[in-house]
Amino acid sequence: MTALTQDPAYNFAYLDEQTKRMIRRAILKAIAVPGYQVPFASREMPMPYGWGTGGVQVTAACLTPDDVLKVIDQGADDTTNAVSIRKFFQRTAGVAATEATADATVIQTRHRIPEVPLHEGQILVYQVPIPEPLRFLEPREAETRKMHELEEYGLMHVKLYEDIARHGQIATSYAYPVKVEGRYVMDPSPIPKFDNPKLGGCPAIQIFGAGREQRIYALPPYTAVVSLDFDDHPFTASKAPHDCDLCGADESYLDEVIIDDAGGRMFVCSDTDFCAGRQTAGHRGRLSPKAAGKGM
Amino acid sequence: MTAQALSGGFSNPPHQSSHAFRAILESFARPGTLLTIRGAQPPAPLSVAAGTALLTLADGTTPVHLAGDADCQPVRDWITFHIGAPLVAPQQAMFAIGRWESLAPLSRFHIGAPDYPDRAATLIVLMDGLSNSGAHLTGPGIATKTLLSLPEIAAFQDNAARFPLGLDFLFVAGNRVAGLPRSTKVEGA
Repeated sequence: MTALTQDPAYNFAYLDEQTKRMIRRAILKAIAVPGYQVPFASREMPMPYGWGTGGVQVTAACLTPDDVLKVIDQGADDTTNAVSIRKFFQRTAGVAATEATADATVIQTRHRIPEVPLHEGQILVYQVPIPEPLRFLEPREAETRKMHELEEYGLMHVKLYEDIARHGQIATSYAYPVKVEGRYVMDPSPIPKFDNPKLGGCPAIQIFGAGREQRIYALPPYTAVVSLDFDDHPFTASKAPHDCDLCGADESYLDEVIIDDAGGRMFVCSDTDFCAGRQTAGHRGRLSPKAAGKGM
Repeated sequence: MTAQALSGGFSNPPHQSSHAFRAILESFARPGTLLTIRGAQPPAPLSVAAGTALLTLADGTTPVHLAGDADCQPVRDWITFHIGAPLVAPQQAMFAIGRWESLAPLSRFHIGAPDYPDRAATLIVLMDGLSNSGAHLTGPGIATKTLLSLPEIAAFQDNAARFPLGLDFLFVAGNRVAGLPRSTKVEGA
C-alpha cells in the first residue's frame, strides 16, 4: 500500500463541498430505488468524458481520508486509466492505494468485477458510458423514461429474441441487461456477461456513475439482480474455453493476447491482482517461466 | 440571532462530512444497521446525529421543513447560519426533521413522480433511542432479516407499497443513525 499526502491546493477529493452534497443526495436516492437512474449535475473533471468522469465523481463523494482505494481498468491495476485515476486521488485526497481486492475499501472499476468475492464495507464504483439500457433501441429520453415508468420492457426482450432468431443464441456478450428487484431494467455497464452473476446478492455496495450522461444508479448489498433471458434460452455466463497461461486458473475471465505474427496467442486473467496472487501462491500456467522448459 | 447559532458546525467540513456521509450511505444501503455520526453540535431538540446529517446533506438548494418542537428559533437560526437552507412547508420540502408524531400526516410530503421517483422527500426522524428490536425488515441491503425499533408499522408498510415512489427515512438518536429507504419491507414483531 502506498499513501501520499494530499496536495493542499485542492479541497479533499478534488470536488467542492456543495458538489459533493449534490452527488451524495443523488447516491442516497439511487440506493433507495435500486436500478433507477438518478439525474445529477455532473461536473467537468480534469479528464475527458469516456475516461471515467462519472465514476470519479462518485468515488470523490464517497471517499473518506481513511479509505484504501483500488482502481482497475478491464480488471488490470496497471493500465493508463487505472493508474491516472489512482494518482489523481492519491494527490487530491491523500488516500492510501492498493492493488489487493481484499484490502480495498473503495474500488473504482472500468468494465470488470474483481474475481475475489467482495465483502461488507466495500464500495464498488463503476464507470458507465451509456447508462440507459434502452438507448440503442429507443433514442428519445422522454420515451425511455416513460418506458421505465410503465415498466414497459418488451422492446428489450424483442432485441434478445432477434439475437436468437439471427444467431441461434443471445449474442449480447457485454453490458448484458439485468432486472433489479423485479422492477427496473438496468445496464450493468459494459462488464462481460461472465460477471453478471456477481451483481446480485453481493455483500458490497455497487454504485454506477455516468459523467457525460449525468446519471447515478446503485445496487444496495444483497439486491436481487436477474439477467434477462428466456425459458428455452437461459442466461449463461460465458468465458473463453481456456485456462490462464500464467496462473492456470480455469474459473477466471480471460483476455486473449496476440504474442507473435504467426497466429500465436495466449490467454491471461483479465484480473491482474487475482492472477498475480495465484502465481505468488505457486500456481503455474502453460506459458509460465518455470513450466516453459517442459511445456514448449 | 443568538451567538449560539454561530457555533456547533463542522470544524473540518471536508473530512467530517465525508465520514458522516459514509455512515449515512451504509445505513441506507443496509437498513437496520445502527451507525455513529458526529461533528455537529446543534441546538436542542436536534441531536448530534440530526445536526450532522443536515450539515452533510442539506444546503441552500434543499428546502427543509421543521416539524413540531424542531421548529424553534434556535434551530431556525442555526440552520440559516450553517446551512442556508430555505425553511418551508411540508409540501415543498426535500428534507424534513422532527419527532415522529409531529411529522404526521406523511401525505403532506413529496413521494416523487412516476417518471422521477428520486424527487421524493427524506424525513429525518428524531427518536429517543434506537435498537435492533421490534419491526422485522427485509428487502435490498438485508441478507436475510433484521430488526429495527420503528415508531410504527403501518405507515412504513404503506410507504413500501408505493415503491418506486415513497419517502425515505433517517432515524436519529443521540449520535446514532439508522436508515429506512422506501425499498424496505416492514412487518410487525
